[in-house]
Amino acid sequence: MRPSRVAAYLLVFARTYLRSRVGLFFSLIFPIILILLFGSIFSNTGSSSSPVYVQNLDGTSVASQMFLTSLNATGAVSVHMVSSSVGNLSTWLVSKGYTAGIVLPAGFQASFAAHRPVKVIVYTDPAQPSTAGIVQGAVGYAVTSMNYAQSGQAPVVGTMELNVGSTTYQYIDYLVPGLIGFSILTSPMFSMTNIAAQYKKQKLFRQLSLTPLTRGEWLAASVLWYLVLVFASTVVMLAVGRGLFGATATPTLLTIPFLIFGPMLFVSLGLLLGTFSKTPESASVVGNLVTFPMMFLSGTFFPVSLFPDYLQAVAHVLPLYYVIDGLNNTMVFQNTTGALTDLLVVVGLAVLLFLAAIRAFRWQEE
Amino acid sequence: MEPTVEVQGLVKRYGPLAAVDGIDLKLRAGEVFAFLGPNGAGKTTTVEVLEGIRPRSAGKVRVLGHDPWTERAKLQRRVGVIPQDFSFFDKITPTEAIQFYARLFDKRPDPVSLLREVELEEKADDQFEKLSGGQKQKLGLALALVNDPEVLFLDEPTTGLDPQARRTVWTVIRSLRKGGRTIFLTTHYLEEAQSLADRVAIIDHGKIIAHGTPGEIIERFGRPQRLVLEGPPSLAKALEGWWRRPVSLVNGRTEVEVQAKEEILEVLQWVSASGLAWSGVGTTRDTLEDVFVRLVGRIDEGGSRASEPGTDAKGGRT
Repeated sequence: MRPSRVAAYLLVFARTYLRSRVGLFFSLIFPIILILLFGSIFSNTGSSSSPVYVQNLDGTSVASQMFLTSLNATGAVSVHMVSSSVGNLSTWLVSKGYTAGIVLPAGFQASFAAHRPVKVIVYTDPAQPSTAGIVQGAVGYAVTSMNYAQSGQAPVVGTMELNVGSTTYQYIDYLVPGLIGFSILTSPMFSMTNIAAQYKKQKLFRQLSLTPLTRGEWLAASVLWYLVLVFASTVVMLAVGRGLFGATATPTLLTIPFLIFGPMLFVSLGLLLGTFSKTPESASVVGNLVTFPMMFLSGTFFPVSLFPDYLQAVAHVLPLYYVIDGLNNTMVFQNTTGALTDLLVVVGLAVLLFLAAIRAFRWQEE
Repeated sequence: MEPTVEVQGLVKRYGPLAAVDGIDLKLRAGEVFAFLGPNGAGKTTTVEVLEGIRPRSAGKVRVLGHDPWTERAKLQRRVGVIPQDFSFFDKITPTEAIQFYARLFDKRPDPVSLLREVELEEKADDQFEKLSGGQKQKLGLALALVNDPEVLFLDEPTTGLDPQARRTVWTVIRSLRKGGRTIFLTTHYLEEAQSLADRVAIIDHGKIIAHGTPGEIIERFGRPQRLVLEGPPSLAKALEGWWRRPVSLVNGRTEVEVQAKEEILEVLQWVSASGLAWSGVGTTRDTLEDVFVRLVGRIDEGGSRASEPGTDAKGGRT
């Protein structure tokens, strides 16, 4: 492998790519559109705290304040106070289009002090089960902690199921690695399947076969170009995710091998699919058939942990899952062990497919 | 002196079909050799075997003393190739294409003078997709020259070009002979072979059916010289009854085969004495085209054999 020949083809490929603009749009601009779109749609509803409207009919009593403090401490809800002059809270919530409310009844303090049972009324919208669950859970936590306080024991913090998972990370934290994975998958897959078939049809492979350029050099240059694109896309995703949506994703050293072997994997896979297709048209159909399900089922737009079990099982056989899981492990969870396992799968597949692609695709005909 | 290209008993089979069926060729250094034949005759298969991009089924092939299939890497640096329907990356300019090839071949040619040599300097910075057919073909020639080759293989370099573009490509090809470069050219245009080539081989159904200089081929396969008389059909009829050699009526003219100039006088004296009406007189001999049509049949502009009863144009690759 001669670096000067790899560089020579890399220059031709880069010029072709930059001048055609379509590829550039899908590699760099399109993921930005996606992060802006998904980031805006989901960053509020999907974030840690659900708004809850509290009507305190017990004035500023110590007990009611204690309850509200406990409720706030869950971090799962954001408390908004509603004036006691509002008559029926339920009607008021509906009129405002809000989905959760709590009424602390008059005499709350008195009942609490006297060990008499007292009911906190919780309104939730059955059509919004996730918000309802969060609010009920938070209220349950607040009630429990008050009961503990009453019996003289320290409140047990952190045993509530809500403060794991859904409250620690925000949607945007998953979205940044997911969309980096999207770039790693789509830019090589869509263009390599097409290139493999198009170059065959236009006889560009035959043209290259008449020069000293080898197939390995050709493929290496292609991988290098997608590395450049993926690194550029990663920088942009991190900047937009962190800058606009407050994502916490932070690349580490271990992120880099995913950005190298990921593109290598999908350049090789794309080339293999294109090699076995007879025409550019069938190549793009096959490319789409493989790319789209992988795109949706590997945790690109939503964390795989939210999927039903059978879809999670499907995700575990998709190469992209290990790229995105690895990126999450390095950039979001700081889970080095998990990341190394993912990396092992990605590197293994990338090397295997790269060698298979070099063997399978010919630029001479028999 | 060792031949530049030497082929003995070359056979290339695709399944049961022999696209090339035992051909022998020998090219001398510095000559332009035209491989002439209709589509499907085996021209491209032969030239691709010589270029080393296609393996052969049987026979011996040497280009500059090397086997093109097993010693491709050695030959690549010494031969230049324009494949049939040459194409390149759409968005790359001729200057960039030459720089690309220069890096691959580790050569330092001057793109400007190379493009001037093929008359493409005005389009040096236009993207490939914006070039005309003739300009694309000229870029192909320029790229074939980047490694300063000793042998050039040109596979149908002007197919699909309009007559004007074809002629400018011919001019360029003629200029490439200088410096003792050997040129192997395939074509289905008789005019191209006649106008460019020192020697010609005619290939049909995978076999060489005639080879030599155009003059030699005409000598060997053409009909004898003919005396042409302008006159009524009755003249042809009368001559046919009297003359010992073939007489025919072609386009309303009477053609009388003659072998020596004395026979011309003999025929004219007889016609004059017979009192039959006649006006003009002249002589004719076969052109390469006449010979080609007699050997292969007529071929159309696209290189396909015009339909002839009784012959089966072989399919497959050209």
